[in-house]
Amino acid sequence: MSSVKSRRTIVVAVARKDLSIEWNSRILTNQVAPFAAIVMVMFAFALDNEGILQRVAPGLMWLATLFSMLIVVQRSFTVESADGALDALRVAGVDTGAIFVGKSLALMVQLFVLEVLLLATAVVLYGVEMTAVGLLEAFVTMVVATAGLGCVGTLYGGLAAGAKGRETLLPLLLLPVVAPVLIGATRATEAAFGSGGTAVSEGWPWIGLLAVFAVIFAVAGTVAFGPLVDE
Amino acid sequence: MDSVIELNDVVAVLGQFPALAGANLQVSQGEIVLLQGPNGAGKTSILRVCAGLLPIERGSGRVLGIDLVAQRDEVRSRVGLLGHSNGLYLDLTVEQNVRFWASMVNATEEEIVRAMSLMRIDGRLSSVKTARLSAGQRRRCALASLIVRRAEIWLLDEPHAGLDAQGRDELDSVLRNAVSAGATIVLASHEMERASALATRVVTVDGGGVQ
Repeated sequence: MSSVKSRRTIVVAVARKDLSIEWNSRILTNQVAPFAAIVMVMFAFALDNEGILQRVAPGLMWLATLFSMLIVVQRSFTVESADGALDALRVAGVDTGAIFVGKSLALMVQLFVLEVLLLATAVVLYGVEMTAVGLLEAFVTMVVATAGLGCVGTLYGGLAAGAKGRETLLPLLLLPVVAPVLIGATRATEAAFGSGGTAVSEGWPWIGLLAVFAVIFAVAGTVAFGPLVDE
Repeated sequence: MDSVIELNDVVAVLGQFPALAGANLQVSQGEIVLLQGPNGAGKTSILRVCAGLLPIERGSGRVLGIDLVAQRDEVRSRVGLLGHSNGLYLDLTVEQNVRFWASMVNATEEEIVRAMSLMRIDGRLSSVKTARLSAGQRRRCALASLIVRRAEIWLLDEPHAGLDAQGRDELDSVLRNAVSAGATIVLASHEMERASALATRVVTVDGGGVQ
């Protein structure tokens, strides 16, 4: 009789598998990251005013993150459905909650790398300046927001995976749901950047909101992911 | 012999369409049962019901004594399904694929090496991305992934598809060895001559039922 391993082992195996796929294919570094950087450059062309750019840099950074996230989430589930691997995972009797957590962690790692790149781009391209405390707050914001985006992205990616027209369905489903992350992360990053004279201390309540969002979708995803991919 | 698969008047639907219309099937431990029938007869649906992937709408079914209606999820860890697709990650190498599936169960290093050797995907081929393999090589990789999972019931949909003559002979040998080790096999195939020689019993499926 086959013996299914513990949840933690499955989580690690699934996360390592997704990251190995990205390492082998280099889609994140060769396609998604350049896309995100180009979006930031296009925003700069469109606004073309250093004062405005510095003021709206946090919002632009998080918008570019969300657009890039759509591609990463699509990719995360395309590799599962391309040769029926998701079916094979279901038949393997693997705990679907562990699959959810593993895929979410892999997505978080990829999103965090993107966000670091976008933060650096905002500093270079938009002339954003930060204090040490501001940098710490930006780092915490990215970690907490990424946790929420990873969970909600995996949950809705799984929901759209089996649907017709999933490429167009995913943005329709996902973007409205991540609106609270866009708002919270933008406000917290504004505080970190000191945009428009905002104090660093004003960002922490928004980080709290992001943490609540992450916890809600981590719990909901762990419970709902199995039934969603089964349908 | 003990019955490891029992389907009684099973009705299953795929979307709006009936996939099985009152199918009955009993399979004893150690059998190799060949499902034969035309395209769309319900062979794949029977395999997916037995794997716990396709829910039973009416009727009853048990696999390894587990109720397919109430405990469908529990069946899954004890059966292995190789369908039309191979269940592989195309951007992973052959070895990464086998090791991933091995990591889902308590497969030992020795079992991984033996499965890859048995399916002739060791050596140079092991480090090749699965996307670059031929259809037959992918099939062998999928079978190696199935072997390391040590399933009690093997559900195989066109397992010989894409394999060369040597690969087919090796697959038949693997299946016979699996049965000797206590496994039960249900396979659907259009390659009647080869599959009939392998099977201990042939069952005809048509119109969503077993004749």
